Amino acid sequence: MAKRDNTLKLKFDSARKFAPAPESRSAAKIKPKYDLFINGKFEKPLSKKYFDSTNPATGEKLSEVADSSAADVDKAVKAARNAFNSWSKLPAAERGKYIFRIARMVQERARELAIVETLDGGKPIRESRDFDVPTAANHFFYYAGWADKLEYAFPNRTAKPLGVAGQIIPWNFPLLMAAWKIAPALATGNTVVLKPAETTPLTAMLLAEIILEADLPPGVVNIITGAGSTGAAIVNHPDVNKIAFTGSTDVGKIIEKAIAGTDKKATLELGGKAANIIFEDAPLDQAVEGIVNGIFFNQGHVCCAGSRLYVQESVLESVLRKLKDRIETLIVGDPLDKNTDVGAINSKQQYDQIMKYIKIGINEGSDMFQSSCTLPSKGLYIPPTIFSNVAQSSRIAQEEIFGPVLTIQSFRTDDEVIEKANNTPYGLSAGVWTDKGSKIFNLTTKLRAGVVWANTFNKFDPTSPFGGYKESGYGREGGLHGLAPYLNLV
Amino acid sequence: MAEKILTLPDFTIPARIDKVGVEERADRFTKRSIKKETKVKGLMLALNMIDLTTLEGKDTEGKVRQMCYKAVHLLDSYPNLPTVAAVCVYPEMVRIAKKAVGDSGVKVASVATAFPSGQSSLKIKLEETRYAVDEGADEIDMVISRGKFLRGEYNYVFDEIAAVKEACGPARLKVILETGELITFDKIRKASDIAMYAGADFIKTSTGKIPAASSIPVTLVMLEAIRDYYYKTGIMIGMKPAGGISKSKVALHYLVMVNEILGEDWMNNKWFRFGASSLANDVLMQLMKEKTGVYQGKDYFTID
Repeated sequence: MAKRDNTLKLKFDSARKFAPAPESRSAAKIKPKYDLFINGKFEKPLSKKYFDSTNPATGEKLSEVADSSAADVDKAVKAARNAFNSWSKLPAAERGKYIFRIARMVQERARELAIVETLDGGKPIRESRDFDVPTAANHFFYYAGWADKLEYAFPNRTAKPLGVAGQIIPWNFPLLMAAWKIAPALATGNTVVLKPAETTPLTAMLLAEIILEADLPPGVVNIITGAGSTGAAIVNHPDVNKIAFTGSTDVGKIIEKAIAGTDKKATLELGGKAANIIFEDAPLDQAVEGIVNGIFFNQGHVCCAGSRLYVQESVLESVLRKLKDRIETLIVGDPLDKNTDVGAINSKQQYDQIMKYIKIGINEGSDMFQSSCTLPSKGLYIPPTIFSNVAQSSRIAQEEIFGPVLTIQSFRTDDEVIEKANNTPYGLSAGVWTDKGSKIFNLTTKLRAGVVWANTFNKFDPTSPFGGYKESGYGREGGLHGLAPYLNLV
Repeated sequence: MAEKILTLPDFTIPARIDKVGVEERADRFTKRSIKKETKVKGLMLALNMIDLTTLEGKDTEGKVRQMCYKAVHLLDSYPNLPTVAAVCVYPEMVRIAKKAVGDSGVKVASVATAFPSGQSSLKIKLEETRYAVDEGADEIDMVISRGKFLRGEYNYVFDEIAAVKEACGPARLKVILETGELITFDKIRKASDIAMYAGADFIKTSTGKIPAASSIPVTLVMLEAIRDYYYKTGIMIGMKPAGGISKSKVALHYLVMVNEILGEDWMNNKWFRFGASSLANDVLMQLMKEKTGVYQGKDYFTID
């Protein structure tokens, strides 16, 4: 028999009901077919093969993109190598001008980019409009400014570009990750071969159009589409000097093995299982908001998502209740609707993965709570899900789920929570919520994570370095630190 | 059923509200896109939640009567419009207002307790409250003693509210915190808690007499206080932001916030009010726009 719940219930049904407010699809033009962007031109793939890119919210086909073979990759790398000679010798201020131009054009086409990002990836338009696209533009602006100031960034040293950078990016923030990778590479005088993820290639192709229009010298940026084998061809190409990869820890390990013994440099930004720690003296209502932003932002498809919640036991009940009521107000549905808070799961494969973990959580005996919202009848949707009474040894608390699934554990002392938070092979990010400054400093020095947020979560800025510890990767992107991995400092 | 014993929180412990987080959350409400039937429904509801207010030294009986007529007849050329929730006046005008609204269902609220500063003795405040109730006020809008509150005399503030509540008799008590003088969210939260535990039926942001009036972040902090009080006691408390809300769009964002923090039980004028005088006409203008497709000049809407 189900346990009777005597707690007073607030009713949020009407809070989720708004008349539809869809962003206009027609404001974005998607071509039926995209070729490869190599040497400043759109070229048909030598493989002659194409694959579909679909909208995960509806299943409809949006466009076809080229499937690059190793020969296509070779062509792109050769173009990048040719362009490197002149690009790296260009006066630095001129390089900066090109990057500024890209930044401005991203802003000019912001609405279109946001719509395509949402259509192709399933994320809510509110996020692509207010976060992905503006932050991508900011990254270009920020690194454009560094281009002619490298001697100040690294005083008394000579900064030399590495050559051709092979960049492989994931599907969770397609345009933003492209900006994270391309902007510092160009600012430091490198040339680029970039591969977007196979499920979300479209905004990268729009970015290729922008780069073409910005009149960047041919070959400086090459954007080629394809799946894992294309990525492998980039990694293994002998004339690539640097690999920048964001994606899963499994693939990161394969890349590590592939480049071992070569002189290729690499930065890897991999998986995560971040601890979000709430102390009893935290501003609880804002902490609840931070929990929601930490795990339900972008459907939880965030490598630094706050997926392991630790709550001090004296406020556990209160936090759980507030969190459940907050989850009830989240609007799950059509990503193009301006009121949607949580959109569609990016792919069938990812959907199955998340559902697998939800089953594991149930079987492990944790208490599950899901929003009572109704999901759209078609498309890939998972309601916001939390598991309480989770053990540290539960699989859902150990393994990266990469979806809107949160595990909750309680703790009593500071030392206990530090130990538990660090007890993971990952170390990308963490969050600490307390009103006490000294506690924040104590934890931030002891948590082994690349980014530790205090009284906030999932905040990003181009000026701030980002990257991991342990199996979350190495190297930093963003900020002054993000320049160094693209330079030989002598 | 036996009365539930209410344990009072320790009001000397500072409340913990993070300003940056509050403002971020508040901003989310303004991102909601409210269209078509949702908009019309929201606008109708907003009209029905207005406390039409005149609190001037130069108020005349004629002005109060006109305002009361407007309260009941917002725009007679638009069929099936609701009335506003209440009219809000000084104690001297209560009898006139009561007569003017008649049996329309519109409530008469009176400010009391040395409004707006509250700088008087408890004795006079209680007398003024009883006077307003005797004159026929359905609701009393009192101000808290901000000086005592800021000095840390929380017991005084608590006892004063409790005494005024007793003097109200059957009238519902709205407690004005004057958040613009409390400045920080921590203090606004604490004042909200004191008011509710002392017996407030409503908590209200502002007198409208100082420049810093209601805002979405301030109201959010107070709504969260109401929710936590409800979690603990099961008792519903009303909310009234006042001052500075003159545009329909902003009013709709307030309604989104109430709906997301407290839920649909609060989405009526028993539990939520707008203290505003110029909001009504902007809402009427928007309703006419939704109906006819064009905006009408402001001279088509009466000023009372």
